[in-house]
Amino acid sequence: MPEIRNYTMNFGPQHPAAHGVLRLVLELDGEVIQRADPHIGLLHRATEKLAETKPYNQSIGYMDRLDYVSMMSNEHAYVLAIEKMLGVEVPLRAQYIRVMFDEITRILNHLLWLAGHGLDIGAMTMFLYCFREREDLMDVYEAVSGARLHATYYRPGGVYRDLPDRMPQYEPSKWHNQKAVDRMNENRQGSLLDFIWDFTERFPAHVDEYETLLTDNRIWKQRTVDIGIVSPERARNLGFTGPMLRGSGVEWDLRKKQPYEVYDRLDFDIPVGTNGDTYDRYLVRIEEFRQSNRIIRQCVEWLRNNHGAVMVEDHKIVPPDRKSMKHDMEALIHHFKLFTEGFCVPEGQAYAAVEHPKGEFGIYLVSDGANKPYRVKIRAPGFAHLSAMDEMSSGHMLADVVAIIGTQDIVFGEVDR
Amino acid sequence: MKNIERLQTLKRRIGEAVGNAVKASSIELGELTVDLKVETLHDTCKKLITDENFAFDTLIDVCAVDYLHYRQEAGETWDKPRFAVVYHLLSTSRNQRLRLRVFVEESSPMVDSVIDIWKSADWFEREAFDLYGVLFKGHPDLRRILTDYGFVGHPFRKDFPISGYVEMRYDEEKGRVVYQPVSIEPRVLVPRVIREEGYGA
Repeated sequence: MPEIRNYTMNFGPQHPAAHGVLRLVLELDGEVIQRADPHIGLLHRATEKLAETKPYNQSIGYMDRLDYVSMMSNEHAYVLAIEKMLGVEVPLRAQYIRVMFDEITRILNHLLWLAGHGLDIGAMTMFLYCFREREDLMDVYEAVSGARLHATYYRPGGVYRDLPDRMPQYEPSKWHNQKAVDRMNENRQGSLLDFIWDFTERFPAHVDEYETLLTDNRIWKQRTVDIGIVSPERARNLGFTGPMLRGSGVEWDLRKKQPYEVYDRLDFDIPVGTNGDTYDRYLVRIEEFRQSNRIIRQCVEWLRNNHGAVMVEDHKIVPPDRKSMKHDMEALIHHFKLFTEGFCVPEGQAYAAVEHPKGEFGIYLVSDGANKPYRVKIRAPGFAHLSAMDEMSSGHMLADVVAIIGTQDIVFGEVDR
Repeated sequence: MKNIERLQTLKRRIGEAVGNAVKASSIELGELTVDLKVETLHDTCKKLITDENFAFDTLIDVCAVDYLHYRQEAGETWDKPRFAVVYHLLSTSRNQRLRLRVFVEESSPMVDSVIDIWKSADWFEREAFDLYGVLFKGHPDLRRILTDYGFVGHPFRKDFPISGYVEMRYDEEKGRVVYQPVSIEPRVLVPRVIREEGYGA
């Protein structure tokens, strides 16, 4: 009789369902996974070490590139940690702007997750639908920071600048004539806030569209229900946070439990799952679309009625404006010092965490009093989630690995750092 | 300040429950840090997860810190052991956080693994080993995780240069990828300085 041996298979790193550069070594018994061993680090850029060699402000841009589908949330944690150590109180308007962009980022992230997750398990249309809405939100990013992805918009002490009064508009080109451009510019006539408001009016109907396609879809349910079940106890023990933890039925959300910025003034609900399977996590994230939409609307209303500073006045931390540099010696000195040396952060250590779209994203900062961090540790939610890959996938079929990678919402920028 | 009161209660309770394991504890910036004796780490963690008063059910993060050049620019030298391993704990049921810290000497950087208490320690400990060379006793699979296959050294140590020692390129003649000594000139754009408090005010 021939000897029966397990079959070892290599998955990735160049596989369309590997979400980037995941290399999985799978041990198979027939088509059933016995063991999954993720090999990561193919996108390791030593962000933490690089941050140690640069003044504090110059590392904000690196944070965008960690989880490159939820850029501003990463910046938020980093900036919060610095502010905590400096003891800076951020102006209220800046806090509302941050919360609004955190939620826009959450929608951006979940849209890409839904697009990728759908595509991975056979729902091609989702990809096209989701990218349609992402386009509008990336225009919002561009209008406020000049960049569609890597914004570097949050700064210690507030946000880089106030929201623009005018939404940028399309111009006629070889591909779009005046009539087409007029149609495309219809919702761009007012300010940025008007454009975001218009988006929030349209968006719930789009979420309904996604749900029509997926929620009761027989194939979708066959691929997701009872796949990758995690019990609440295991989820905590495995270090899950965010939708991964809530999908298992644990009501834990930093925005409610340890509110930062102005989340305690806003009205929203936290969805939780019951079974802890892939389908529940899908439902949780879909509901987060609607809740984020609610938060954005509240922020827009507040921001329309309340004006004021978006940065603290302390020029030891925040550069002075261009105009004052032309006639004020003090401002010129501050500017020079800030850009040649940066600011020193008092000696000590701090941990700041935000409810990132993927889970708890934290920055542990150790300062020895210098103008550069002594140690930055980035606590990426995806790292803990991916480490549970073995436990979640063993006993499932090979095809389910793809569904589990999708439900974990893995992005290698943050896993490998 | 309700938060501060809660932290003080937590600090007191830790002192009562595992007092002989604690070297020092402090509350700074609204966070409680407890420095433990390295040999007591595992037992203390066990107590922190099982005891109703603590219930630290989630291990958020484990990381190592290399204090070799700490406050070097101010002309000071670090007198404690070189490495620290820092644990961030979270209790979702009691909504509280705790930071544990143990110091280990460079000559024997060995800490007990907590993987049997929190499974999430698995990769975090592998990362700390990979980047700092701290060993975790009892970890079943302490392999490198982030660096390349066959990497030599522990790149996040302060005495490891930022540009590394080797670089990789494709060799036309040999028809394969080769490693060679790094050709990047090290440079510092903004020097590291420590200013006294109230500098320039």
